[in-house]
Amino acid sequence: MKTGTLKQILLITDGCSNQGEDPIAMAALAKEQGITVNVIGVMERDEIDEKGITEIEGIAMSGGGVSQVVYAKQLSHTVQMVTRKAMTQTLQGVVNRELQHILGGEKTVEDLPPDQRGEVMEVVDELGETAELEVLVLVDTSASMKHKLPTVKESLFDLSLSLNARSGENRFSVFVFPGKKKEVEKLLDWSPNLGSLTSIFSKLTTGGITPTGPAIREALTYFKKKRSLRSLLSRDDESFFEESV
Amino acid sequence: MMMNHSLKSQFKINQGTVIEGKWHHNRYTIVKELGYGANGIVYLAQCRNQQVALKMSDNGMSITSEVNVLKSFAKVQGDCLGPSLLDVDDWIYKQGQISFYVMEYIQGPDLLSFIQQKGPSWIEVVILQLLNNLHRLHQNGWVFGDLKPDNLIVTGPPPRIRCIDVGGTTIQGRAIKEFTEFFDRGYWGLGTRKADPGYDLFAVAMILINIAYPKRFNKTSGDLKQLIFMVRQKKELQKYEGVILNALQGKYHSAEEMRNSLLQLNQARPQSKATNRAPNSNQNQARTNRIVVSRQTHLKKKKRGGFLETFFIFLIISLLYIFYIYGQLV
Repeated sequence: MKTGTLKQILLITDGCSNQGEDPIAMAALAKEQGITVNVIGVMERDEIDEKGITEIEGIAMSGGGVSQVVYAKQLSHTVQMVTRKAMTQTLQGVVNRELQHILGGEKTVEDLPPDQRGEVMEVVDELGETAELEVLVLVDTSASMKHKLPTVKESLFDLSLSLNARSGENRFSVFVFPGKKKEVEKLLDWSPNLGSLTSIFSKLTTGGITPTGPAIREALTYFKKKRSLRSLLSRDDESFFEESV
Repeated sequence: MMMNHSLKSQFKINQGTVIEGKWHHNRYTIVKELGYGANGIVYLAQCRNQQVALKMSDNGMSITSEVNVLKSFAKVQGDCLGPSLLDVDDWIYKQGQISFYVMEYIQGPDLLSFIQQKGPSWIEVVILQLLNNLHRLHQNGWVFGDLKPDNLIVTGPPPRIRCIDVGGTTIQGRAIKEFTEFFDRGYWGLGTRKADPGYDLFAVAMILINIAYPKRFNKTSGDLKQLIFMVRQKKELQKYEGVILNALQGKYHSAEEMRNSLLQLNQARPQSKATNRAPNSNQNQARTNRIVVSRQTHLKKKKRGGFLETFFIFLIISLLYIFYIYGQLV
């Protein structure tokens, strides 16, 4: 079974958007394009408000992803867990569709007797281990996030550590919003690990507004661009790498 | 962790609730909650006069995944690898359907409580048992993954350590499924999260540290230096320092190797008291010495002093002899 590349947007924020399009609608748009949107709400003590939580859950729900509100301290563990959980969820969806193909009707894994689910799970596990994954990280750098950024950086390292233990390929890119001139600014182009983040993160400045919706919209175009422009290049890279090894 | 809380509040099953399986129609009466793991809640339940542990999760796939692990354990002889699996089923309740599996109820305190109750002389015994279990697990192509005192129960008597939560158990070579930061090699920057025996052995070393620091501690510099510093702070870890350091640095390739060096550590002690001065010629001893070189115990210093003393006496006598021969020749 081929799953193609799994595409995810990981949004790390600490509150409500206050500019531009509705982020929930933008997440739905992402889902339509086969891109999952996961959201992590970072809070300090209990300062995150009800409205913020509703938005966070809404974005993940319409983006077909996973959401989680955590204290900054727990961020590392959460980032990798949310990403993996969303991967499994997506793969499960793929396997379910495949099953429906075979069994017909609206059957899902849950309709199989428990004994037969095991084999299906092995397929999902196997796919999760080997599938190619693209994660575009969107970091909210509005003023209130300023002192959480070192933790965010650390948790992104941790994420690449977790995902690079898989045998499948990973690509990460990092965007921040609001950017210096535009609403969204690219920090790191598609790369297999997040090691180069250190120097960039320390230079980050934080701004006032939180254009979450426009940030997601912009991120979507970046997935497309990458597919058309870079897919050829990256394939070449791989074959070269294999030869040199 | 937050996920557990939300799950917990969502699924508060009262004592006395009867859970009937959709497929196999077994009836389980909930007695109490035993605890919650990474992917679900475990209850103590009663089924035909037998006490069992029942694990429930709103994530059906994680239940299936754990059942797969337990099934594969069942094929291996002996029962040390994990709790034995009794039943897998779905429970239909008002709001929907939830997956659960039933396993043997392993009764006893967790590792830390056990050590607190029984005293530090048990540390070595349970760690040796644990390494034995891990060795068998590794030989069968698995890595336990989420190894921590909370997942280790000491049953008995006679006391025997058992691993209970297989949520993190991963096929060797894959990415670790579930882990706890304090026990995770990657968190401390001392390796990858790829499942290999060394990953579990790192966690064993951290368990030893956790025994000395029951509240654990946070990452500061977050590297080997911090861990070494913390190990040296505690008197009760002195004995194990060499083994801990080797495990932290991934120098052991198998649980058996770590177990042997732990055993040798023990053998070396009475001998070093008895033969304080004589340098040891036997190979095992030499190996132990190498492992414990970094230990700065009083005993070691004394022993090394003894060796130096012998060496100097030998040197002086040799020199005198050479002078004597020289004198004779001239």
